[in-house]
Amino acid sequence: MKALLHQQWVCYRLQLKVLSTSLFDGLLAVFFPLMFATAALMVYRLADDPEAMQYVGLGAVIMGMWTCQGVIAASLLTRERWAGTLELLVAAPTSLSKILMPTTLALSTIGLYCVVATFLWERWVFDLRLEVASWPLFLVSVLMAAVTLAMLGFLLSVTAVRYRTSWALGAALEYPGWLLCGFVIPVASLPAWIQPLSWAIPTTWAMAAVRSSANGGSPWGDLGTCLAVGAVYAALATWLGRRLVDSARRNATLALT
Amino acid sequence: VTSVRIFFIGGLISYRAMFGWLSPWILFPSLVVSPICQILLFAYIGRAAGVGDDEFYVIGNALNYAAIPCLFAMGSTIGGERESQTLGIVLTSPARRIPLFLGRSLPVIANGWGVAMVGIVAGVVLLDVHIPASAWPVLLLTVVVTSASCTGLGLFMGAVALRVREVAVLGNVIFCVLLVFCGVNVALVDLPAWMAAVGEWLPLTHGIQAAREVAGGGSLRSVSGLLMREVGLGVLYTALGLVLLRYFEDESRRHATLERV
Repeated sequence: MKALLHQQWVCYRLQLKVLSTSLFDGLLAVFFPLMFATAALMVYRLADDPEAMQYVGLGAVIMGMWTCQGVIAASLLTRERWAGTLELLVAAPTSLSKILMPTTLALSTIGLYCVVATFLWERWVFDLRLEVASWPLFLVSVLMAAVTLAMLGFLLSVTAVRYRTSWALGAALEYPGWLLCGFVIPVASLPAWIQPLSWAIPTTWAMAAVRSSANGGSPWGDLGTCLAVGAVYAALATWLGRRLVDSARRNATLALT
Repeated sequence: VTSVRIFFIGGLISYRAMFGWLSPWILFPSLVVSPICQILLFAYIGRAAGVGDDEFYVIGNALNYAAIPCLFAMGSTIGGERESQTLGIVLTSPARRIPLFLGRSLPVIANGWGVAMVGIVAGVVLLDVHIPASAWPVLLLTVVVTSASCTGLGLFMGAVALRVREVAVLGNVIFCVLLVFCGVNVALVDLPAWMAAVGEWLPLTHGIQAAREVAGGGSLRSVSGLLMREVGLGVLYTALGLVLLRYFEDESRRHATLERV
């Protein structure tokens, strides 16, 4: 157990350092959603409705977490392939799952930078002071969003292992995530046929929990569902990861050459 | 004749070689799914906020997304050559620089136009936006002009890429600036004065205004002033890009810094 925790910590810390020093993963992953949040806030501001600003302000704070995870996680293994280190990771005695999970947790940590940056941006640029009824519950909800997004990122990274241009898939996931998770528009305003897809994403539940904790409601139901959905993704990713790696070894297709 | 060949054939080959647009695995998610989703996102934001109508967001965001191929393809003119270690070969060739770089911009303009039109047509189909049949010819022209001016900005960015390693980051930053400053989702009159003043000097702003006016029933004559300003800005950024390319190229030769960034 101690060895596992040590491996997880070392992997997390190393990946966080790598991501933090990358202009693309560290800076742009914060800047890009911040500018889209700015555009959304500017539209809502025209309505001159404080309640609507509170609504979009809370969503804008969380939406960057989706970018940090969704866009980058999809191309995690492709990047290892480009760097020529994918074979080393797969051949290592530590399973791929144990390497990917702390990596996606590091991505979620960049997402937490994004939360803080957007929070301060809203306060300084838009003079928007978010009203949060319970800060402890709000923080728990944000952390739950981070952890479950890491689980979703884990699944994304594994499933995209055979997709040579997975960076394009990751980039294309950005807007659908912003649309579906209820960050800046209510999920109920989407067409009815697409709403089940929203509820299948843990971040939708995390966003609902964030709103409940900010509005004085109980977020526990949403948090429980969020964790359950995230755990399903993590379990699926672990199983799928093993199968895909076995298949790649058997057929010698890891390099996709 | 050599310059004409470099302009047309060289431009096309460079475009195909550097981008690999022929792969549907890149083309479909990047230039079809993403622009449509950006349009839907802001149309739904507008509906939720009760601000503007779908047509406003469809045109603004479709034209905004045209900037993606225009910026990134032109940025890759330099960045892609550097990655392939062919930048030195290109710049030591005797080819004249104006046909060399402008030729590369021609397919990019067509690409930007295509992306914007995919967005507009998707808006018409998915959001039931109505654009009168008589407006389409002028709208097509407006989109061409806007793509061309964005490509001018892309050429300028390509020149800066001689000094900046992270072309993808630079392209995304400029794209975000265009999103916020050019009246894409908030009309210029509703922006703070300083932002509107910045927007007036960026490509896209006047093109979007013209396209909205045309979709609302305006004629070519009524938007000719806006289109001329869009063309003027495109020419300005293209000229700045060519001057900057020449300057950085000379500097790179003098200090042997072409590959150092």
